[in-house]
Amino acid sequence: MGHSRQADRPPVDTVKQAKKSPDVAQPFRELGLAEDEYARILGILGRRPTSSELAMYSVMWSEHCSYKSSKVHLRQFGEKVPAEAAKILLVGMGENAGVVDVGDGWAVTFKIESHNHPSYVEPHQGAATGVGGIVRDILTMGARPVAVMDALRFGPLEAPDTARVLPGIVSGVGGYGNCLGLPNIGGEVVFDPSYLGNPLVNALCVGVLRADAIKLAKAEGPGSKVVLFGARTGGDGIGGASVLASASFETAGKTKRPAVQVGDPFAEKVLIECCLEIFAADLVTGIQDLGAAGLSCATTELAAAGSGGMEIDLDRAPLRDETLVPEEILMSESQERMMAVVTPANLAAFMAICAKWDVTATVLGEVTDGDRLIMRWHGEKIVDVPPRSLAHDGPVYERPLSRPYDQDALNGEHGNGLPRPKDGDRLRSTALRLIGSPNLADKSWVTDQYDRYVLGNTVLAQPEDAGMIRVTDEGTLGLALSVDGNGRYTRLDPYAGAQLALAEAYRNVASTGARPLAVTNCLNFGSPEDPAVMWQFAEAVRGLADGCRELGVPVTGGNVSFYNQTGKTPILPTPVIGVLGVIDDVNRRTPMAFQNDGHQLYLLGDTADEFGGSEWAHVMHGFLGGHPPKVDLAREKLLADILINASRDGLIDSAHDLSDGGLFIALAESCLRGDVGARIVLPEGVDPFVFLFSESAGRAVVAVPRTEEVRFTDMCTARGLPAARIGVIDLLENSLDVQGQFRIPLRELRAAWTEPFRARFD
Amino acid sequence: MGPRVGVVTFPGSLDDRDALRAVRLAGAEPIPLWHGDKWLDNVVAVVLPGGFSYGDYLRCGAIARFSPAMESIIDGAKHGMPVLGICNGFQVLCEAHLLPGALIRNDHRKFVCRDQRLRIENTSSAWTTGYAAGQEILVPLKNGEGGYVADQHTLDELEGEGRVVARYVGDNPNGSYRAIAGISNAAGNVVGLMPHPEHAVEALTGPSTDGLTFFTSVLQQLVAR
Repeated sequence: MGHSRQADRPPVDTVKQAKKSPDVAQPFRELGLAEDEYARILGILGRRPTSSELAMYSVMWSEHCSYKSSKVHLRQFGEKVPAEAAKILLVGMGENAGVVDVGDGWAVTFKIESHNHPSYVEPHQGAATGVGGIVRDILTMGARPVAVMDALRFGPLEAPDTARVLPGIVSGVGGYGNCLGLPNIGGEVVFDPSYLGNPLVNALCVGVLRADAIKLAKAEGPGSKVVLFGARTGGDGIGGASVLASASFETAGKTKRPAVQVGDPFAEKVLIECCLEIFAADLVTGIQDLGAAGLSCATTELAAAGSGGMEIDLDRAPLRDETLVPEEILMSESQERMMAVVTPANLAAFMAICAKWDVTATVLGEVTDGDRLIMRWHGEKIVDVPPRSLAHDGPVYERPLSRPYDQDALNGEHGNGLPRPKDGDRLRSTALRLIGSPNLADKSWVTDQYDRYVLGNTVLAQPEDAGMIRVTDEGTLGLALSVDGNGRYTRLDPYAGAQLALAEAYRNVASTGARPLAVTNCLNFGSPEDPAVMWQFAEAVRGLADGCRELGVPVTGGNVSFYNQTGKTPILPTPVIGVLGVIDDVNRRTPMAFQNDGHQLYLLGDTADEFGGSEWAHVMHGFLGGHPPKVDLAREKLLADILINASRDGLIDSAHDLSDGGLFIALAESCLRGDVGARIVLPEGVDPFVFLFSESAGRAVVAVPRTEEVRFTDMCTARGLPAARIGVIDLLENSLDVQGQFRIPLRELRAAWTEPFRARFD
Repeated sequence: MGPRVGVVTFPGSLDDRDALRAVRLAGAEPIPLWHGDKWLDNVVAVVLPGGFSYGDYLRCGAIARFSPAMESIIDGAKHGMPVLGICNGFQVLCEAHLLPGALIRNDHRKFVCRDQRLRIENTSSAWTTGYAAGQEILVPLKNGEGGYVADQHTLDELEGEGRVVARYVGDNPNGSYRAIAGISNAAGNVVGLMPHPEHAVEALTGPSTDGLTFFTSVLQQLVAR
């Protein structure tokens, strides 16, 4: 070995060199930075950035990390929060995840995040690391992650590429979550041609902590140590934040490494337990996970939120691949890493816990009383920046927006002329076609690959309206969660579509007996540079913010995913809304299954002739046009109140929200869940087709014991909620019998319902 | 408090809290044990919980069985201490040669989580005395590598000696030979089970409370001793 290690190292671009060579051409465009953004960097630094600094600015100012196109719209979530609702917010938007007070000294943190593009490129790993990332966000708040959910969108079930993408994504979500020991308690699986080249993977995680034990991402106290712990840094996921789609990173290593991160759930599981032990011993003053933009993001966000500066010796970072250069280390999105700020007094205890769990932990540097983030590579200064310029002062755009040219035509094609089934036989075949269509079919092929039992606190899980978990063994306090979104409604009217998604998630939570409390969202849209998409986005955000204000539930955080498109064609605009609810006594939960013979079925709410964006128009006619169902949030609130009170007072023993496919689908699902039949009597004068398949919002079907019927209907009458008796549960019937129209044996119904996934994937 | 029953946490164990809960609900004193400690803290029985110990690297259970805690447990098991291995714990027991055979990837190659009917075939093992012979129970099943395999001779021996503790009823969920869900050693103190009785101990969270009897059975044995 004649060479020293020093000599083997490729030369690095230092601050000194940057000053000496101001005119070096830099590949800022390839890294996704615009001309004026580059000019701003020159202004901030008073010189050209080093290549390491350029890497950091490019990832931190990327759409994904900086929210530069969405920021001006997202502000409404904060501005429109009603004062009363804001009181429960212990931590609001902007941190890794919002935290809400749920009573009894407990707090809950929850958030949903997208991992769409990686999941198309490499379905299993993309989805797996999507779960891993959101779990670390929750952990970072000081919480024990207790459950996950996943909202998925795919191209048509029968499309060849769906056979590649769907099983991989499902095994990724399942494989990672199962290995972490987190129950998967719900989610969505939706098919539409617009997602064929751009599937959506939105992962939600919820965590529980004591309200006085919240941790924040900030570096305070000069002299405190900055510790990187968890997995070693590798070459995977470099540029995942900003340049995965198009540009390649050419300034550094030439080896082809995967742009999609590779997950190791075992490393994350150990990291979770290690962190929770560290939190319990109160050993950190600040903590941040490493997700998008890796070390660049963790160091700048910690420093920017703190009081001073930070100095880092980047060469101390433990590497999986010794050939990595500083730019790559800064951009790597290797998974299962965390960064903590630890006082010198706590350092030994911190390191001892890491050693117990076999977690690699390395002091990279310390917090300073300066105001710069400085990084060195083998003693040479390669980064010297004001951290806030990266984390907070990125570019902000007011992108042009314009109503899509075809919007009026789309709304004008109301589809009223589409042929409707006119007699019992045709209604019957419509019913079977719908329950056997991919969006309404049984999803257990997917959900049976997810562990819903682990941790032993799962009270309700998919296919229930909302997932529900008990907070602790000792108490009865429970959390309910639902995620919903409807891209077709949102395409027809983004303002109403976002509100309908919110209303559905809210209604789902209330159907289980829980009181809706707070909202998270994952906003999946096409390119923000397309004014039509930007209009959809702006309208959806405005609708969601207005809806949250009216329902009195604050937005606690969320995620924006732009550039979801194939060529120039964007996906259906897809805001996925998560609602968190609380129930005082989980024993009082309301399941969706019909159970008891003779219990009366009531339809709550009003049914109108509303088929715009409906599952019926989609499945039977391949048609999208008109307007989505009318939104009435006051009605949603009233319905929720009734469902919650009825659950608390024991007036109902099952409830199921009406949404895609309307009343018939809800009835069928509740019959199949309980494996019991029902006899349905259509009220006088209704159009059977409209009554069975309309998708009017603000409705639910409940089962009421005969003994409680008077009390229940009196309550509805007193509160002004329409409640129509529509039938009875019949244990002997073994079929869903819509009297005077058609009768479908449960066996036939179940066969149609389970057919699509089995036929496609087994 | 009743007898001390330990639950080992390996790195990657997942159902350890659930097993501790089941032990508590059965009336015993649950004792968390750490894989790195040889000292078993005076427990009189041990549960090896489900999960992915050491990430299931190499083979499921292959690394866990070399842990210091396992040294003591293997020794204890040979001297009659009741040991129940659930899911990953079953895999560890096979790797440790306390039980014959092995568990391989499900025949359909997917992870499966579902409520599973089982028939209790042996009511004389330390963990199943509380069941009636032939009793059918419903407990969660969740595994990716739950297919029980062994050579014909071993299978015949297990059947002949009545050491098949539980069998799947209905569809075989993972391709296990002879629908075997659980087995015991010759002495009956060591039982391995692929499904999860610790997830069926409360009506609120499980599909039934059928699983609790595994834990009350061992308690009765210990108290009677």
